[in-house]
Amino acid sequence: MLSRALRGGHRALTLKRNVNVYVPLAKRTVTTDAASSHAEKEHVPEEDDKPFQVTLSNESFETYELDPPPFTLETTKKELKRMYYDMVSIRRMEMAADRLYKEKKIRGFCHLSTGQEAVAAGIEHAITKEDHVITAYRCHGFALMRGGTVKRIIGELLGRREGIAYGKGGSMHMFAKGFYGGNGIVGAQVPVGTGIAFANQYKDNTNTTICLYGDGASNQGQVFEAFNMAKLWNLPILFGCENNKYGMGTAANRAAALTEYYKRGQYIPGLKVNGMDILAVKAAVQYGKQYTTEGHGPLVLEYVTYRYGGHSMSDPGTTYRTREEIQRMRSTQDPIAGLKQKLLDWEVTTEEELKGIDKEARSSVDKEVEIAEKMAVPEATPKILYEDIYVRGSEPEFMRGRIPDENYYYEQSVREGGNLGRYEGERQAA
Amino acid sequence: MDYSSHPLLNHSPSSLRANASYPQSSSFTRQNLFQAINSALKHSLRTDERTLVFGEDVAFGGVFRCSMDLATEFGSERVFNTPLSEQGIVGFAIGCAAQGMKPIAEIQFADYVYPAFDQLVNEAAKWRYREGDTGGHIGGLVVRMPCGSVGHGALYHSQSPEALFTHIPGLRVVLPRSPARAKGLLLASIACNDPVIFLEPKILYRAAVEQVPTEAYEIPLSQAEVVKEGKDMTIVSYGQPLYLCSSAIAAAEKDFGISVELLDLQTLYPWDKQTVLQSVQKTGRAIVVHESMINAGVGAEVAASIQEGAFLHLEAPVQRLGGWATHMGLAFESFNIPDVTSKLLR
Ligand SMILES: Cc1ncc(C[n+]2csc(CCOP(=O)(O)OP(=O)(O)O)c2C)c(N)n1
Ligand SMILES: [Mg+2]
Repeated sequence: MLSRALRGGHRALTLKRNVNVYVPLAKRTVTTDAASSHAEKEHVPEEDDKPFQVTLSNESFETYELDPPPFTLETTKKELKRMYYDMVSIRRMEMAADRLYKEKKIRGFCHLSTGQEAVAAGIEHAITKEDHVITAYRCHGFALMRGGTVKRIIGELLGRREGIAYGKGGSMHMFAKGFYGGNGIVGAQVPVGTGIAFANQYKDNTNTTICLYGDGASNQGQVFEAFNMAKLWNLPILFGCENNKYGMGTAANRAAALTEYYKRGQYIPGLKVNGMDILAVKAAVQYGKQYTTEGHGPLVLEYVTYRYGGHSMSDPGTTYRTREEIQRMRSTQDPIAGLKQKLLDWEVTTEEELKGIDKEARSSVDKEVEIAEKMAVPEATPKILYEDIYVRGSEPEFMRGRIPDENYYYEQSVREGGNLGRYEGERQAA
Repeated sequence: MDYSSHPLLNHSPSSLRANASYPQSSSFTRQNLFQAINSALKHSLRTDERTLVFGEDVAFGGVFRCSMDLATEFGSERVFNTPLSEQGIVGFAIGCAAQGMKPIAEIQFADYVYPAFDQLVNEAAKWRYREGDTGGHIGGLVVRMPCGSVGHGALYHSQSPEALFTHIPGLRVVLPRSPARAKGLLLASIACNDPVIFLEPKILYRAAVEQVPTEAYEIPLSQAEVVKEGKDMTIVSYGQPLYLCSSAIAAAEKDFGISVELLDLQTLYPWDKQTVLQSVQKTGRAIVVHESMINAGVGAEVAASIQEGAFLHLEAPVQRLGGWATHMGLAFESFNIPDVTSKLLR
C-alpha cells in the first residue's frame, strides 16, 4: 500500500514518512482442498446411519498453543448426504438472491456467501440448537442453517412482511432461535457474542457460542476487547474469523499486521481450519465445542475460505483480485464439488442418488423462493412503521411523525385490535 | 426528484456569477458532488504538504469515488487505505492533527462513525480546551462521511446523525447541499482552526450536477445562505431536503399566492442565528425542515432560538418537519423522511 514506488510524481513538496512500512505476507498454510479427506471404501457400512471413520488431511489444521483436534472424524452416510444437501440449498438460495437483485426486486445491500458454504453448514453439523451463533452481514446461509426458512429469508430480502425480520432489515439482519444476526456494523457482534457466552455460562448451560467475523473485521478494536473479557472470565466461546482474503476491496495483508488470524487472540489458543472442507470444519468445531464446554475457556478459530462473488452486489469483485484466482478456487477448491467427489469415491452414494438429492434441494429452494416472490408488499401504515421500537405493550404514549398530525399513539392501536399478530413460523422466545 | 433541471443547482455559469460566494474570475466545470469533493481534496493535497487523505478503501477511490485517482497523483504516503477500525482512524487522525498535519479522514458511511464517537467527543472536541496554555489545537482535522437516505439503505446505511454532533462544543458540523457549495465549504473546513465533521448527502453524489468554479474558494463556515428571498414565511433547512423545500415553495407560491424565504444553514453548529432571526423578524413565520428525526434534532435548537429571539415578530408557532421517530426499515425508508407533499400540507 505505502510503497514509495507508487508515489506519484506530482508531489511538489517533500514530506518524509520516516517509517518502514511493513507489509506482512498473507499466510494461508492450511490446504483449501475441499476433497482432501480420506476413507476406505471397504469401511463404509451398508446402513445409512451406522457410524464410520473418515481421516482428514494432515493439512486441515494449524494450531497455536493448542493440541490439534483428532484427524479422524466419525460420520454416517446420512450425515454426509445431509451436509451435501445443506450446502446445495445455501448455494441455490444465494443464486436466487443474486437473480432477484439483478431483476431489481431486491433493493439495498445484499452480501452473498457463495463459496463459503462449508463454514455455515459445517458449523451447524457440529453443534445443536442449544448452542448459539452470531455473525456479521454475510448471514443468509447461517440463518438457513439455524432454522430460518428459505421463504422467510428471501421474503426478508424482498422487504416483505413475512420476511424473517418483517422486511425491515433486509440482507444483513436475520434472527432465529439461537441465532443473533445478521449485524451491519463490522465487528459489533463480537463483544455481543461474548456477552451471550457469559450469560450461558452464568446459567450453567453446557453449550457454546460461535462468534463469527471477517478478516477485515478482525482489525476492529472491539474484537480485542472481547478476546480479553472472554479469556479473563474463561468463557465458552469459539471466536471464528472467516478469512476469505478480502475485506471489501482490501486484501487481508494490506489491512492486518498479522494475517494469522488464529494467533490474534495472543493469550487464547487458536486453530486454523480448512474452511473449504466441510468435514474439517465439523471436526474443528466439534473439538472446539468440547474444549470450551469442558471449561478450558475460549478458542480463536480461523476458517480459511473464499467468496466467489464480489463483496456485495454492487462490487464485481474483479478489480482487486485476479480472475484466475477466482477461477482456480471455483474450479478446484469448491466445497460442494469436493464433498460430491468424496461421496462418490467412497461409494457413500451413487451418481443417481446424488442427482436426486441435488434435485430435491433445488426444487425445495425454488418452491420457497416462488412463495416469497408472491408475498404481498407490506403496507406502510404507522402501526407497522412504529412497532417494535420498544417492546410491545410497554411503549411510550406516542412517537412523533414528520409533522404533529402524523404522531402515532400506541394506545389507539391497541384499542383498534391489539398488537399485530405474529407470523407463522416465527421464532418462539428461547 | 429531478435534479437535472432543479433551480437550486447552478446549471449555467451565469447563475454562479450572480452569487458572491464564488470567485468571479474563475472558469467553471460541470461536476457532481463526488467530483466537487474530489476537486477540493485535490486542491488541498496539491497546495499543502500537510494534507493527508485516508480511510477504508480510500486509495481505490472510496465507495462513492470521492478520492478517485488521488493515490495515483499524490502517492500512497499521503492518500492511503486504513484497516477497518473507525475508532482507530479518528484517534489516529487526531494525533496527526495534533502534530500540525491536516488529516482528512473518511468514515465510509456516517452510520459507522459511532465506534469513533468517543474519540470525536472526548478527544477531538476537547483538545483545544485541554491544551490551554500551549496553544495547541487540532484544527487540521476534518472527518468526512456520507449521510442520509437513498431509499433502500435500511438500518445501517441511511442514518443522518448530525444532531448528535451539534450537541458538542468544540466541533464544527457542516452539511452542504450541492457540488459548488461542497467544494467551498470543504476547503473552508480544511482551513478551519477547529475539528470539522463534514457530512455529505450521499444521494446527491451522482444525482446533483452543477457548474462549479475550477479555482479554489472558501465559503465561510457558520454562515447561512439566503437561497431565495420571500416575505411571508421562512423555511430553514440544509442538505437534500432543500430541494424538496424549493419545489414545495414553488407550488405553494403558485397555489396560495404567498412568498416564502428559503435559508440553507450550511453549518449546523455553531450555526448562523443572526441570519435566521433577521429573516423570521421579517416574515413572522418559520418552519425548520430536516431529514433526520425531529426529537432533539437540529430543528429543536433552531425553533427554540427563534422563539427566544423573534417572539414578538411571530405570527404563528414555529413548526418543525423532519423524519419519523423510528428506524430506517428496508421496505419503509421513503415513508420515514419528509417529502414535498408533507411540506405543502403545512
Ligand atoms: C463499522 C463499520 N465500518 C465499515 C463498514 C463497511 N463494510 C462493510 S463490510 C466491510 C468489509 C468487511 O470485511 P470482512 O470482515 O473481511 O468480511 P467479509 O465481507 O469478507 O465477509 C466494510 C468495510 C461497516 N459495515 N461497519
Ligand atoms: Mg473478508
